[in-house]
Amino acid sequence: MRTILAAALVRRCEDKDFAFLTGDLGFMALEPVRAAAGARFINAGVAEQNMVSVAAGMARLGFRPWVYSIAPFIYARAFEQIRNDVCFHKLPVFLVGNGGGYAYGVMGATHHALQDYGALLGLPNLKVYVPAFAADVPVAAERIARAGGPAYFRLGSDETPKNFVLPAYASWRRLLVGGGPTLIIVGPLAGGILGAAMQRPTEIRPTLWVLSELPVLADEIPAALVEDIQRSGHLVVVEEHVAEGGAGQALAYALLLRGAAPQHFSHRHALGYPSGFYGSQNYHRKECGLDPQSILALTEKP
Amino acid sequence: MAQKTTFDPRWGAGPILARGGVSCVADPENRVTTPDAQQEVAVKELHRRARLRLLRMHYESGVGHLGGNLSALDLLLTLHHRVMGKDDLFVLSKGHAAGALYVTLWSLGRLSDEELVQFHKDHTRLVGHPQADAIPDIVFATGSLGHGLGLSAGLGLGKRLRGQPGRVFCLMSDGEWNEGSTWESLIFVAHHGLAAVVPIIDLNGLQGFGTTTEVADLGCLADKLRGFGLEVREIDGHDPEAIRDALSVEMPVRPMAVVARTVKGHGVSFMENRMEWHYLPMSAEQYAQAVEEAKRR
Repeated sequence: MRTILAAALVRRCEDKDFAFLTGDLGFMALEPVRAAAGARFINAGVAEQNMVSVAAGMARLGFRPWVYSIAPFIYARAFEQIRNDVCFHKLPVFLVGNGGGYAYGVMGATHHALQDYGALLGLPNLKVYVPAFAADVPVAAERIARAGGPAYFRLGSDETPKNFVLPAYASWRRLLVGGGPTLIIVGPLAGGILGAAMQRPTEIRPTLWVLSELPVLADEIPAALVEDIQRSGHLVVVEEHVAEGGAGQALAYALLLRGAAPQHFSHRHALGYPSGFYGSQNYHRKECGLDPQSILALTEKP
Repeated sequence: MAQKTTFDPRWGAGPILARGGVSCVADPENRVTTPDAQQEVAVKELHRRARLRLLRMHYESGVGHLGGNLSALDLLLTLHHRVMGKDDLFVLSKGHAAGALYVTLWSLGRLSDEELVQFHKDHTRLVGHPQADAIPDIVFATGSLGHGLGLSAGLGLGKRLRGQPGRVFCLMSDGEWNEGSTWESLIFVAHHGLAAVVPIIDLNGLQGFGTTTEVADLGCLADKLRGFGLEVREIDGHDPEAIRDALSVEMPVRPMAVVARTVKGHGVSFMENRMEWHYLPMSAEQYAQAVEEAKRR
């Protein structure tokens, strides 16, 4: 997704308010942005706290900086700078975290971001964008720039199923209709599960929604989704993030506020490292029951 | 170009300084601009008046934190009255000197006497550490140490990219050189040659729970800064002429810093170099004595 973002940002370089800061990462991806942005491309070095403060200072002068690192380094290392310097002042600083969840796989836990949006969503004015498919990235980037407030852009790997006609990017999208439970998936995890669900008979497969923008607000939950939940009687929320502060908890709360609590509620989420062993992103997903087979087994159980 | 300022009642204004906006500049009518002999008297009177107002504000609001405010007051007054121009910006990295900054803004006619009475009260704009977008003259909320130099670097870099004139003055404590983020920012300022960014270090030698030597001895901070390639001026941080001379220079070729030797609790004998005045409010008797001493200066 980051190469697609880089291409999208190259097109934004004509905007004189555009600036891009990286924490010394982006080899083989960000070179086009560096070439197009010139002096407004700043490698801030391995110093994420300062990078976010610098971006806030630039934003005070009217710049709209994009600030890049891998997900854990941007949200966790610079958390206080994000809160004090960016969010308190409602500044247009757009944080890009590459590799949300277990995306960096066997690189290990220090490189994973399992608590990122949960930690950030408590901050004032900040909005989180989790594109599910590569095609979402340029549209979501445009929405981030247009919204003009603090943003966290959580990137992952594209797993768009072949021959699937993707509806245009939106915060909520229904991708598949079926006779099974209502399944809500956050971000790129949707691709693999969608591909597997498409192979199942319509009457037993889930009705699949993908969620790409957080926080979840009760009055912004689409009426069609509420209808699906009421009709199916079972809501399953799936995300590559720990339960605490995640979308599952937020959805349960929002649906209660809305007076639309599901009869049955299931939540599949990141569990950390239950076995104490490490592996690829798919290894960790499977260990948490986040792989397509486990999710379909959950939605198809009698 | 006109500034667009909109306030979000909950969280503040967002980017208030669109295109050449300016904050914290002296109102020309309130500046000290008299000839030399008269000026010396006027400066002395300004500093005396401000010190008394600071003491009164802290006393009436029952607020401590006086030590670091008294060490910073002469720097803040000189900077705002006699150094900064309309293109310059200011960031208070040592946010716990908010009282001294409020009194400086009061001395410029930017805050009223009535507003100073609200210091530390409920429903106030004058918080213990500057609040985001509460006062248009204050660019950034601060209070957690180690943020101001990075913010100033962003402002300085932004100015350079925009081709805007002016400098960014950043008043820092000596204790905040314990913070790793401060060193990150120093590296950034030095590497990018951000000569518009001027860190001013209020070197009072006392930090939260000990002297800077006892807690985390950096040796000679000025030498450390020189080691990063900065031009460093070491001055008496309570001498208005020395402060003005050190800061009133043309934009230097390479970044500079001012290390200002100060006294925590300066001007009140029982507060000077005493740890407790980082925290404690004054009793009525202490306030009376402090006022007597400040009047005599």
